[in-house]
Amino acid sequence: MSTLLFFLAGFGAIAGAVGVVMLRDPFFAVLALVAHLLSLAILFLLLRAEFVAAVQVVVYAGAVMVLYVFVVAYVGGREEPIGDLLRGRGPAGAQLRLGAAILGGALLVELLIALLGTGLKAVGGDGAPYAPGPKAFGTPAYIGQLLLTRFLLVFEVASLLLLIAAVGAVVLARRRGGIDEDGEGDARRVLTPLDLIRPRETGTMAEGVGGVPFALARARERNDGGDGESAADGTSARERGSTADGRARDDEPVGATAGPGTSEQEGGW
Amino acid sequence: MAIGWYLAVSAIVFSLGAAGVMVRRNPLVVLLCLELMLNGANLALVAFSRMWGNGDGQVFALIVMTVAACEVCIGLGLVVAIHRRKLPIDVDELRELQG
Repeated sequence: MSTLLFFLAGFGAIAGAVGVVMLRDPFFAVLALVAHLLSLAILFLLLRAEFVAAVQVVVYAGAVMVLYVFVVAYVGGREEPIGDLLRGRGPAGAQLRLGAAILGGALLVELLIALLGTGLKAVGGDGAPYAPGPKAFGTPAYIGQLLLTRFLLVFEVASLLLLIAAVGAVVLARRRGGIDEDGEGDARRVLTPLDLIRPRETGTMAEGVGGVPFALARARERNDGGDGESAADGTSARERGSTADGRARDDEPVGATAGPGTSEQEGGW
Repeated sequence: MAIGWYLAVSAIVFSLGAAGVMVRRNPLVVLLCLELMLNGANLALVAFSRMWGNGDGQVFALIVMTVAACEVCIGLGLVVAIHRRKLPIDVDELRELQG
């Protein structure tokens, strides 16, 4: 029974891995990885690692893969024909890919020689004796005791690592300021006289980000770029007008402030 | 089943992941292939843990899963940031990591 289960799960794990590498659509690659992870969880169960198998299904196949699916749906990954890659068609560097595949095969041969050619007698055996029980090998109680006594430092460092990763992901993926076009973020914010006479939380999006001088500089940059966009022209004209007479802006209706120029600026960031 | 069979599956999965990292161009799929490599290593760790009847390998596998989650977190954040800046999502065209 366990032999049959091993071959089924092992075949599923390898088929899932082949699917991840060979499927063209990233979405299907993610689904293949989910199948691979579930098969791997069965292998973990066969190895008496109950807690690790549960974590594999709940955390990996559940949470992490959902994150992947979200990002694939958001980014909309482009399909790439894997056959063309291997045959050398396509952009530069494609000729090297056949060599990469051969290198992968060589790595497999080397690993198999290293793992199966060893003189370890235990590799050919079924492993240490196992007695079922409430605190037997691999149960949550067993793993929890190890994590909170012998590997307490490791446990705490892992939590710190997760915190750092969460902060890093927020910094990387937030909408503005994380990766700026100039990489400077809020350093450009300058207090202008206009800020004193105008109530807070008013003005355009561009001014909110970098102040009036920043918005002016941006508009000038766009004009110099020679895009010829009427929206950019409108923005620069309005920004200049507002700098010349700060009070004039307050008389304008809200709709005029949120013109096409504003939305164009917002899209630029 | 003898432990050697599990190690063989682990080696195959690891090599497939390594080949995928080298062959594929989409960074999302490259991250998926990295996951494959980590999972191959995890299977070997759990198999050796069973071989010696010692829980250390399973704790190691759990920590590897934590590190993989962090890597996914940062990697997907990078992909989203690349997408926001309207750069091509292709590791061949993203040669420069500078600002």
